[in-house]
Amino acid sequence: MTRHYSALSLIKEGFANQKGWQQAWRSPEPKSRYDAIIIGAGGHGLATAYYLAKHHGMSNIAVIDKGWLGGGNTGRNTTTIRSNYFYPESAALYEASLKLYEGLSKELNYNVMFSQRGVLTMVHSKGEMEIAARLVNAMQINGIDSDLVDLDRIKQIVPLYDLSPNARYQVLGAVWQGRAGVARHDAVAWGYARAADRLKVDIIQSCEVTDFIIEGGRCRGVVTPKGQIRADSVGLAVAGHSSQMAAKAGFRLPVISYTLQACVSEPVKPALDTVVLAPATSTYVSQSDKGEFVIGGGIDRVPSYAQRGNLPALEVVLSGLLEMFPSLGQLKLMRQWGGVVDVTPDSSPIIGESPLPGLYLNCGWGTGGFKGIPAGGVMLAQLMATGKHHDLSRPFDLDRFRTGRLIDEAAGSGIAH
Amino acid sequence: MQLFPCPFCGLRPEVEFHFAGDLGNLRPEGFMDVTTETWTDYLFAHNNTRGESREVWKHLTCMEVFAMTRDTATHQVISSTALLPEGDAA
Repeated sequence: MTRHYSALSLIKEGFANQKGWQQAWRSPEPKSRYDAIIIGAGGHGLATAYYLAKHHGMSNIAVIDKGWLGGGNTGRNTTTIRSNYFYPESAALYEASLKLYEGLSKELNYNVMFSQRGVLTMVHSKGEMEIAARLVNAMQINGIDSDLVDLDRIKQIVPLYDLSPNARYQVLGAVWQGRAGVARHDAVAWGYARAADRLKVDIIQSCEVTDFIIEGGRCRGVVTPKGQIRADSVGLAVAGHSSQMAAKAGFRLPVISYTLQACVSEPVKPALDTVVLAPATSTYVSQSDKGEFVIGGGIDRVPSYAQRGNLPALEVVLSGLLEMFPSLGQLKLMRQWGGVVDVTPDSSPIIGESPLPGLYLNCGWGTGGFKGIPAGGVMLAQLMATGKHHDLSRPFDLDRFRTGRLIDEAAGSGIAH
Repeated sequence: MQLFPCPFCGLRPEVEFHFAGDLGNLRPEGFMDVTTETWTDYLFAHNNTRGESREVWKHLTCMEVFAMTRDTATHQVISSTALLPEGDAA
């Protein structure tokens, strides 16, 4: 049986007619009791299980999902990973995540295809140039690689971009993070799932958590169609559906669920080898390894659980794309989809114990959860194993809404939505 | 493009409307006496219901605020009613 993925095992399996590959993960029936349960088998949930097993030596862990693993926002995002955030708290958290991504393929023995091709954020006016300089300075002080680049450099990086002075949204400069990039989103979920499974984590798919077991004011497990599953530590990593689970646990969250849409074009030859974001058009775009242009933008302004999105938001994004790259006007769109994102008032995630003791939250990542997967997993694992915050997750506790210490990245780093 | 019913203007495109929060999330009375928990709840907590959701919406073109009940999973609008001048739900 071939367990380890390597060039050698590829050659070996080539000679063995590919018969020896082992299933990447099991599909076990749930036990009646675990040491820890994580609800939600997306990137964050699977990463949490992996780090619980790896860093905290736990082996009796279950990840439970109502659908299939990686079928929510992990499989629906536009795969951008960057850490150029404004506030020190965010910079530290996202940079920790980016660093984990840099070593993730090796760590998981699974190629997540992390390609550090850089992210270019355009700047459109003199006033914005000053703000951009301030942002870049703040990022550099926080130890994040970030540069203010001029038009000549932009021309080298994205020759296709409409940089003429007559462009509808004229470009004066850009913020560049060279270490940022994209990864294969499914591979991140699959890689964590396979690595967690090898550490004896049970991944239970198609099993919806319908309620919590609450005894003596503490969360003691979950109720599912396959029966009660008990655990003294329960983690919640269900993104856009966090409010539904919170309602079952008896509290409300500072979260509104919106649809975030994305789409891909038909595949074409390589034309764009970086990620480009234009705040004026609120559109971002990259080209996948298959050649498709991966296009995203702002959220639909209507709170929704529909996982599809409406046309007005798509129209804004696509007209923005054509302002940026007029030459893409002939491209045909191949697929369009939507995910339910959990947006907080300050566009920063919520990591911490919930008002129900024994239930731990990892939610509120909004439109940027994919880049946070490794860090989110490490933070939630630490909380679930020890009951105490990691230094990096402490500022993101739910109590910031009571104390007023918000980490307002919507204003800070110019998130498009 | 979905059409939302404004109680004053009739069916209008969704882009003319702005979501303004849960219906019945009234500002707590008694400024200094209000506890931190109540303020936090009023300012930040949302029902964020999946399914039938009772919400306050604003029609940006006529500036009127009204109550709309809709299904957040199917986008079906169930009812749309004007709010009384005092902000009481009709």
